[in-house]
Amino acid sequence: MIGALRTPRGLFTLALLVLLAALPLLTQAFDQRYVLSVGTRIVIWSIAAVSLNMILGYGGLVSFGHAAFFGVGGYAVGILSANGIASGWIQWPVALLASATWAAIIGALSLRTRGLYFIMITLAFAQLVYYVGSGLDAYGGDDGLNIGRSRFNGLINLADKASFYWLCLVLLLATVWFSGRLARSRFGFVLRGARSNEQRMTALGFPVFRYRLAAFVIAGTFGGLAGILLANEGAYVSPAMMAWMKSGDLIVIVVLGGTATLFGPLYGAITFFALEGALKPMLDLVHKGWGEHWQIVFGPLLVMVALYARGGIDSLLGRRHG
Amino acid sequence: MEYLLVQILNGVQLGLLMFLLAAGLTLTLGIMDLVNLAHGSLYMMGAYLAWTFIGWTDSFVLGVLLALPATFALGVVLEMVVMRRLYARTHLDHVLATFGLILFFNELVRVIWGPAGKSIAVPPFLANTVEILPGVPYPAYRFALIVAGGVVALLLAWLVARTRMGMLIRAGASNRRMIGALGVNIELLFSLVFGLGAVFAGLAGTIAAPIGSVKIGMGDDILILALVIIVIGGIGSIKGAFVAAMLVGQIDIFGRTYLADLLKLFMGPASASAAAPAISQVLVYVLMAGVLVWRPTGLFGQRS
Repeated sequence: MIGALRTPRGLFTLALLVLLAALPLLTQAFDQRYVLSVGTRIVIWSIAAVSLNMILGYGGLVSFGHAAFFGVGGYAVGILSANGIASGWIQWPVALLASATWAAIIGALSLRTRGLYFIMITLAFAQLVYYVGSGLDAYGGDDGLNIGRSRFNGLINLADKASFYWLCLVLLLATVWFSGRLARSRFGFVLRGARSNEQRMTALGFPVFRYRLAAFVIAGTFGGLAGILLANEGAYVSPAMMAWMKSGDLIVIVVLGGTATLFGPLYGAITFFALEGALKPMLDLVHKGWGEHWQIVFGPLLVMVALYARGGIDSLLGRRHG
Repeated sequence: MEYLLVQILNGVQLGLLMFLLAAGLTLTLGIMDLVNLAHGSLYMMGAYLAWTFIGWTDSFVLGVLLALPATFALGVVLEMVVMRRLYARTHLDHVLATFGLILFFNELVRVIWGPAGKSIAVPPFLANTVEILPGVPYPAYRFALIVAGGVVALLLAWLVARTRMGMLIRAGASNRRMIGALGVNIELLFSLVFGLGAVFAGLAGTIAAPIGSVKIGMGDDILILALVIIVIGGIGSIKGAFVAAMLVGQIDIFGRTYLADLLKLFMGPASASAAAPAISQVLVYVLMAGVLVWRPTGLFGQRS
């Protein structure tokens, strides 16, 4: 652990974490409250990206429907809140259970397929959730639903921006820690083994399907956690939070940061949102009014990443060890 | 009874439209093993190009005829600049790169044509109705869509089953390294096939425009439906894409019409008409899940 700090990667990560931890103080000192809300969103998206990385990175299973868990987690909170159950002690466990259950169902069905079919079926199941959400007329339909934030009486006030940010950050660190433990455990090695050679793992007697299903459920549960936080961040849920483009964004974040790496998803999320924030003013500088068309640069940038940047940002920090 | 017939025809028309889109996609997926999410962007570009050409020529038919070679050229250029570099890569890279292309094309359209949607009017000579049965009128434009879609589907079937290019496409789908070794110019073949897929997507976008609208992102959601169709039908199978497109077309129309009436029996009319389209979409995905559980490689896909 101490040794890891001497490497560029360790130092970089440590500096980043210190910066993240101090963000509410900095934004208060410089009176930049908008930056804090962007930071909160980055942290929440990082949780989702870390969870996606568990199956996409370590498992090698390209799930194209991870944003559905934003929706399942978020809507579980939203629906309970709309029915007068405001306590987070009830909302959060129910939302996590709902995400895990949904992950178990679609995982059991999707994992029967391989490759391209897997990409498509996970995408289709996410669309299914999306359309269910937009068909829920009693809960806002396409327009979404304004909700009250979860209440943890006396413990923490989620409406306070700084407290909520720190809560999200702690949950992110817990997720990263769990993901690291998972990757280095026997379970993680089986998962990675199945990624490189499924037949061999099966021949060795490992029930690959069950391992993958377990990983899928774990990833889905953490994805649901991100959904819970996203719903509380804006006090609002809508089908838009689980549109398929969001699943695409999550894949972009994971690949951008570096698949199957511990902090890669976090680097990816920061870069993703920072690019969005930086491209606009940069293009406006070139020509007034070009800033709003930042995606015309961002799109080809993604193509470049896919073509030339194997290993993502994480690989820029030198070779991995351990 | 007449109502039912009209709805079935609407389903056929939607199915044929979806088939045009899915056919191009299954060609690129089946033969090049390329996940092309930007296929929906070609659908959108086809519609926008047609809108521009119709404005120039003042004629629907001429506009469509000009839009087709334009989307073909766009497809070929796209293949040579980006897609060609992706064949040897993983599906994850395909998803990432073509996702980037979607963002690019959506923004490009915003820059060139502006953020507001466009509309293409139904051509005057097809603005009336035809009697499909005595006393049963049907919009002439939709009827023309069915005829045109059917003709193109037959043309494609002929191209794939009866021509030399089709033979190469089929051979490429089953073993592309082998046909390369046999001296076929694979690069050229792939460019042509990709261009062909682009034309089908552009055609679908163009002829769908008068009954829908031309807007940014119009290809994004329909692309997912097209992907669902080729997954149901089996990747690489034109026949499968056709059968699945017809199934999905009927389910969609059923959901929009009869399901709403059915739901009104046990919920308010407002909720029923809001829930019915959503449920019909859900039904499509349930169908796909069912097919994949039963046959993990689709209805007509090759078993591995």
